[in-house]
Amino acid sequence: MSTKTSTDQKLDVAPPYNAVARHGVSPQPSHDEVARFDFLANFNKFLSGALGPGNKLTYDKRVQPAFEKEHGRAPKDRFEIRHAMNNDPFHTFWSALKRNSMEMRQQNGRAMVLRQIDELSAKARQYNEGRDTLELNPEIEVPRYQNAVDIHCMPGSYHGEELAGDVSAGANYDCGIFATTAGGLGALSDGGGAALVEWIKQQRPGWEPCRVLDIGTTVGHNIVPLALAFPNCEFIAIDTAAPILRYAHARAQSLGATNIKFIQANAEDLSRWEDGTFDWVQTTMFLHETSGKALPKIIAEGYRVLADDGLMFHLEQPEYSDEMPLYEQFIRDWDAFNNNEPFWSSMHALDMKTVMNEAGFAANELFESGVRAVVDTDIFPEAATGDDEDHGRAAYWHAYGAWKNSDQMQEAAE
Amino acid sequence: MTEEVFDWMAAANKKAKGKRPEYFDDPEDERMLSILMAVVGEVSVLRERMDTVERLLDANGTISRNDIENYAPDKQAAYERGAMIREYIYRVMRGPHQMVQELEQVEPPVEEVSRELKDI
Ligand SMILES: C[S@@+](CC[C@H](N)C(=O)[O-])C[C@H]1O[C@@H](n2cnc3c(N)ncnc32)[C@H](O)[C@@H]1O
Repeated sequence: MSTKTSTDQKLDVAPPYNAVARHGVSPQPSHDEVARFDFLANFNKFLSGALGPGNKLTYDKRVQPAFEKEHGRAPKDRFEIRHAMNNDPFHTFWSALKRNSMEMRQQNGRAMVLRQIDELSAKARQYNEGRDTLELNPEIEVPRYQNAVDIHCMPGSYHGEELAGDVSAGANYDCGIFATTAGGLGALSDGGGAALVEWIKQQRPGWEPCRVLDIGTTVGHNIVPLALAFPNCEFIAIDTAAPILRYAHARAQSLGATNIKFIQANAEDLSRWEDGTFDWVQTTMFLHETSGKALPKIIAEGYRVLADDGLMFHLEQPEYSDEMPLYEQFIRDWDAFNNNEPFWSSMHALDMKTVMNEAGFAANELFESGVRAVVDTDIFPEAATGDDEDHGRAAYWHAYGAWKNSDQMQEAAE
Repeated sequence: MTEEVFDWMAAANKKAKGKRPEYFDDPEDERMLSILMAVVGEVSVLRERMDTVERLLDANGTISRNDIENYAPDKQAAYERGAMIREYIYRVMRGPHQMVQELEQVEPPVEEVSRELKDI
């Protein structure tokens, strides 16, 4: 735009990895390890901001016209677009660069974490030993949808160990999310959780939940802010992967969130909890890593353990509704096939309202909302949406929620 | 004593389970790009390191060019520098290193797994 002058421009750069806050089990980066993440954070910004729009251009100018010429019609779904785009030299090169960036993020994160694997184990032990807020259950099996491939190209996935009992999976997940989101999740990568705190305080001022269940918590990024905001509430955070829970528990303890109990459990079977145990059941960026049959089971179990007037809340990337242009569905699907997210495409095509209806919620109990990461904007960027959006990992989510039997509760109270 | 048996440099190069998509007609190009990108990253790291040195020099003025020119590593330092170069090689050679692992284990395309997961 011609209104810009060279002197008043502030360039869009990623924050430095040094700005990331450290907690009790953070891996300690060397100078060059910091520099590697600094490179990747800015490279990812370049890929989505400077090169990303080229994908739409090549689709509009080359790929779609060629498709229509050959087939006599427009592509009928995102899969046809993907097959056509995968023969386009610009798109394939962009994809190859992006895939490399994802792989470098894993290699760089693992190199940093694995060289200090013993120190990290020792730190975690200090926070974990003898605490009843960490419960590991070795009989919990890794679901097929968790080990069919290593999700988001994370070697060893959430449940992998390099040395028996280590926390490397958690430490690697924790440190590298900075690079792939270019700092968009804030100093503790908890911008989603921080946004939930703001959201609930706005929605229900003064409300104090008693018991909250966080399903698929990973390293607890988004439950710690809630636990700190509601110190008198009991939080249960479950995950199927032990290595990630060891790290999550140590991290939470070191940040002062001692009111979270981390339990190794499978969300498909919550039978250890009675009906109506929780007044808040949530998942954040979780459902897309399950499967066609597991997802409705998890929602149904969540519904069962949720108390009347309790809140169910799920944060995800937006679903592929009929209103969403097919090209946008295609570009949002990139991670599914290029970054090992094999349920991503099917999950985002689901109508979550129907799924929640089937789990027991009435249509009028459901709500949807947009949630933007809350970060310290002096240092960290606000999530870009629109043309520059890094589809699939923008720190701006879609919330699917419901207050269980809220109408009946309302009537009973009146 | 995990330091002796656990080769973290090799472990950092572990390939993610799941068949890698092919972006180019020639599979060698995939490997060449991955090496190139790693070098691109490392040059960025060197530049950042240089900037650190310059800033420290600006602030403290304590490092001289002569010190750098006349430096001779002792046994320990020589070993550490060898390890550093080894690490560098592992990092830059990640692509071909993973190709070996791919040769060891043939995997189905993610698309196939995706179809399976949809229905289990
Ligand atoms: C994408 S991560 C979730 C991210 C996390 N909620 C956050 O906001 O940072 C998915 C997690 O779900 C766990 N998981 C997958 N299937 C599960 C199941 N059936 N029950 C419990 N946890 C599960 C995985 O081990 C993994 O840690």
